[in-house]
Amino acid sequence: MFVTPAYGQETAPAVEGGHGGTEGATQTGTEVPHGGEHAGTFPPFDPATFPSQIIWLAITFGLFYLFLKRVILPRLAGILDVRSGRIAQDLDHAAKLKGEADAAVAAYEQELAEAKTRANVIGQEARDAAKAEAEAARKKVEAGLDKKLAAAEERIATIKSGAMKDVGAIAESTAAAIIEQLVGKADKNDVAAAVKSVR
Amino acid sequence: MAADKVDPIHQFHINPIVPIHIGGYDLSFTNSSLFMVVVVLLASAFLYLTTSSRALIPGRLQSVSEMSYEFVANMLRDAAGSHGMKFFPLVFSLFMFVLVANLLGLFPYFFTVTSHIIVTFCLAILVIGTVIVYGFAKHGLGFLKLFVPAGVPVVLLPLVVAIEIISFLSRPISLSVRLFANMLAGHITLKVFSGFVVSLSALGAAGVAGAVLPLAMAVALTGLEVLVAFLQAYVFAVLTCMYLNDALHPGH
Repeated sequence: MFVTPAYGQETAPAVEGGHGGTEGATQTGTEVPHGGEHAGTFPPFDPATFPSQIIWLAITFGLFYLFLKRVILPRLAGILDVRSGRIAQDLDHAAKLKGEADAAVAAYEQELAEAKTRANVIGQEARDAAKAEAEAARKKVEAGLDKKLAAAEERIATIKSGAMKDVGAIAESTAAAIIEQLVGKADKNDVAAAVKSVR
Repeated sequence: MAADKVDPIHQFHINPIVPIHIGGYDLSFTNSSLFMVVVVLLASAFLYLTTSSRALIPGRLQSVSEMSYEFVANMLRDAAGSHGMKFFPLVFSLFMFVLVANLLGLFPYFFTVTSHIIVTFCLAILVIGTVIVYGFAKHGLGFLKLFVPAGVPVVLLPLVVAIEIISFLSRPISLSVRLFANMLAGHITLKVFSGFVVSLSALGAAGVAGAVLPLAMAVALTGLEVLVAFLQAYVFAVLTCMYLNDALHPGH
């Protein structure tokens, strides 16, 4: 509606009369014989419209500038500031929480390491104690065995010496019997001497 | 009205809505003024309403406002350093105004504020005026070092200084013409192709079939114009940042 020639500044019939139909599409503005005060002028180059455009541009753009400067831009800057502040704050908070988590992990790992060393110590002690006990038991058993061995060896030695003693007497009596059988009579002392010399 | 539909220049006409004449000047409230008001109200309302909840976790619309803020802030910081942030309200207003004006102009029957050279020229003069005023206020005559690049042989100096001065003076022109011409040309092209659709489809079945091509073209151009609308607002803001950098650091 704003481009209709409703205010008599130009007359549409003049355009129609001048060109009409499709030819108008290819006409350049400077050739169009418009009616009214803009007659024959390409509208953007018509100085008659300049004062009005300048004054209204100054008014509208001036108010626009003031409104943006006073209201919109401080508000937008505020929104963006608050957001970047909030983001920075959240990042700080996150960094703090991360630090705390790291500290907790470190403490946990330290405790774990301590517990491990403690466990090792306990284990070592238990192992040592068990070893010592086993050693003591072994020594006791060995001592008992040694004693028994010694007693047995002693017994063997007495039996052996006893047997060896008997061996002389048996040999003498056997030799005396053999000699008696062979020669009829045997001197006990000779036989004993002979046996002794053989042994 | 058939002729109006295919007249690609018609959309740029300025029609008074409330005639105001002061001191021999025509200061009427026109359709252009109306769309300036609409642009400002729309941009302000969007920025105001989407940020009113000040949510810590932004919704989609609040994200758009925040993104535009950070987009312009980064642009300015990259071009002019952290000292440049004192010009942030100016650059942000310019960017939002041009962007919303460009995008709003793409709606059918809507007036494109930035398709008039005087509007873009005033915005460019605002930028260059800020550069000059701040430059002299901050650096005094040292601001003139802007025209004397360091490390130039003395023989070449007059030539280089002349070139620098011409390039400085051409800045408001290039800044304003770039935006104006882009918007003007884009809208004319769109209108011409849309006009083909209307004219051809009036010719019966064959015409309707033939109108498919310009229609597809108009659709593609609309997409392109959305890109251009954003791009030109971006370019305008970036160049503003770079010119403001000159005011802050004229020696560079």
